[in-house]
Amino acid sequence: MSVFFLRRILTLVATLVVASLIIFLVLDALPGNAAQMLMGADASPDAVRALTVKLGLDQPLMVRYLLWLKGMAVGDLGNSYVYGTPVAGLIAERLVLTIPLAIMSMLITVVLALAAGIYTAANHNKLGDVGVMSLTQIGIALPNFWFAILLILLFSVKLQLLSAGGFAGWDDGIWPGIRSLLLPSISLAVVQAAILARVTRSAVLEVLREDFVRTARAKGLGKHEVLWRHVLRNAMIPVMTVMGLQFANLLAGTIVIENVFYLPGLGRLIFQSIANRDLIVVRNCVMLLAAMVVIVNFVVDVLYAFIDPRIKVANL
Amino acid sequence: MSAPLTASTAAITPGARPVTGFWRRALRHRSFALGAVLSLVVLGAALLSLVWTPWPAYDIDVASKLRPPSAAHWLGTDVLGRDIVSLLLVGARSTILVGVIAVGIGLTFGVGLGLIAAARKGWTEELIMRMSDFTFAFPAVLSAIMLAAVAGPGMVTSITAIGIFQIPTFVRVTRGSANAIWAREFVLAARAAGKGSFRITIEHVLPNILSILIVQATIQFALAILAEAALSYLGLGTQPPQPSWGRMLNDAQTLLFQSPMLAVYPGAAIAIAVLGLNLLGDGLRDLLDPRLARER
Repeated sequence: MSVFFLRRILTLVATLVVASLIIFLVLDALPGNAAQMLMGADASPDAVRALTVKLGLDQPLMVRYLLWLKGMAVGDLGNSYVYGTPVAGLIAERLVLTIPLAIMSMLITVVLALAAGIYTAANHNKLGDVGVMSLTQIGIALPNFWFAILLILLFSVKLQLLSAGGFAGWDDGIWPGIRSLLLPSISLAVVQAAILARVTRSAVLEVLREDFVRTARAKGLGKHEVLWRHVLRNAMIPVMTVMGLQFANLLAGTIVIENVFYLPGLGRLIFQSIANRDLIVVRNCVMLLAAMVVIVNFVVDVLYAFIDPRIKVANL
Repeated sequence: MSAPLTASTAAITPGARPVTGFWRRALRHRSFALGAVLSLVVLGAALLSLVWTPWPAYDIDVASKLRPPSAAHWLGTDVLGRDIVSLLLVGARSTILVGVIAVGIGLTFGVGLGLIAAARKGWTEELIMRMSDFTFAFPAVLSAIMLAAVAGPGMVTSITAIGIFQIPTFVRVTRGSANAIWAREFVLAARAAGKGSFRITIEHVLPNILSILIVQATIQFALAILAEAALSYLGLGTQPPQPSWGRMLNDAQTLLFQSPMLAVYPGAAIAIAVLGLNLLGDGLRDLLDPRLARER
């Protein structure tokens, strides 16, 4: 356990606390009385007061915030204002879809991006490089939800190979589920991969100019051996940074893409809850998404230190 | 436009060529030229929509709904019988409006905070940078969801959300490049001459990082357009009857089997706008700071 690691953990915890505070202020303190919002402006004051007490909204703000923090620590997020069922259960049901979707898109992103990035860097300024780079330029400009609609047009409307939306679930084995997440994850991945491929290419090109690459070539290592053994490992730092940042985009993207494909994931849950004024569900979903982003970036930070021990020293 | 550009070019590469040289190089730069043309097309569409559209964009004519392209309606009509070309033209206006205001918010706060962080150092810098790191945890869609849950969806919600999401990037870019300027000898000289941090920031730091900020603003504009489209598609942004490209895609999705082309045009418009701005940004980077061009 180094000082480096300890500092990172402290930063992580502080960030999560600040995030929770802001989310709480915006989604609990700012809107005023959630009971009034649920029942509408015409509700009788007595009924509103009764609901306020029932939902625990009569307690002071600070108490409610601390109760929420305590609840998150033990996995009790309270009950939905609308359904009355535990929020944790509602979210867990949806994560069964959203987490596999995020993982599948990230995998496709990384495979596409590394392949394109390494290929273009190895063929710097040749026809293949220029062609693939032009494609990535177009890929970056595509809105992912439009690309999703185009995929639906091609694979569902024209070829009728895959369904235009909906989720098969995991009950009949893994394949029907993966099949229904295929188009969504491709549409999320292609745009992200275009960005990551460009980062990979310039990172690899940067390392290829280093002296140690020339030394490795001079001592007789083949071009490909140098690329795989020396260059890639050193080029991974910027690539991983961008991957960490992209994860935030990816989660935000799942919210949009789930709506394109009518997938019952976290994103759909958030939208239903906004429509139902079920702010306790919105608050916990937003906190979960923000926490995932922060934690992934923390993991990337720590992984750096493993890939490149110099960073640990520099950050002490 | 040309005056600040050349001023910053001169500041970065002393003895840079005069205005005519810049434009001659610019026209020969392929991605800059293509990006400029595409961006001007979108800007032109928005300006044109202020004075003329083939049909009134708000007029509903259900009798002539979902018409295929014809001499009267070049790209056909939508489910309410509105002319697609007119909707696309007016949609360009919403896109540019949201983009300009959101990037404006990002620039004002982001550059301000970034300059303060670089000038003050110490705990001020630490605080600003931690705050901006933290904002990264809230992509535009998340802040828009929070705002929409509280204040209801709409153009103001989407502009605010996109603006907030723009700030941390500008903070990082500004602070990074401002720190590099603060380490230069001419700043030391200015200090020795008795200038304070504020004057140095305004007179030396800002002019020298202006070109980097222009490039970044162009790229952020493209990101803002993408975010606006996504928010409008989700129903969190521009509200009907105000036409917007994201909203048009949402409407078109329910009609994929009847009128697939309705889902193609608005997306192509978004892609053209974003591609244009990205190419313009790349081109500007090469033209304004040749040392960075090598990295690409």
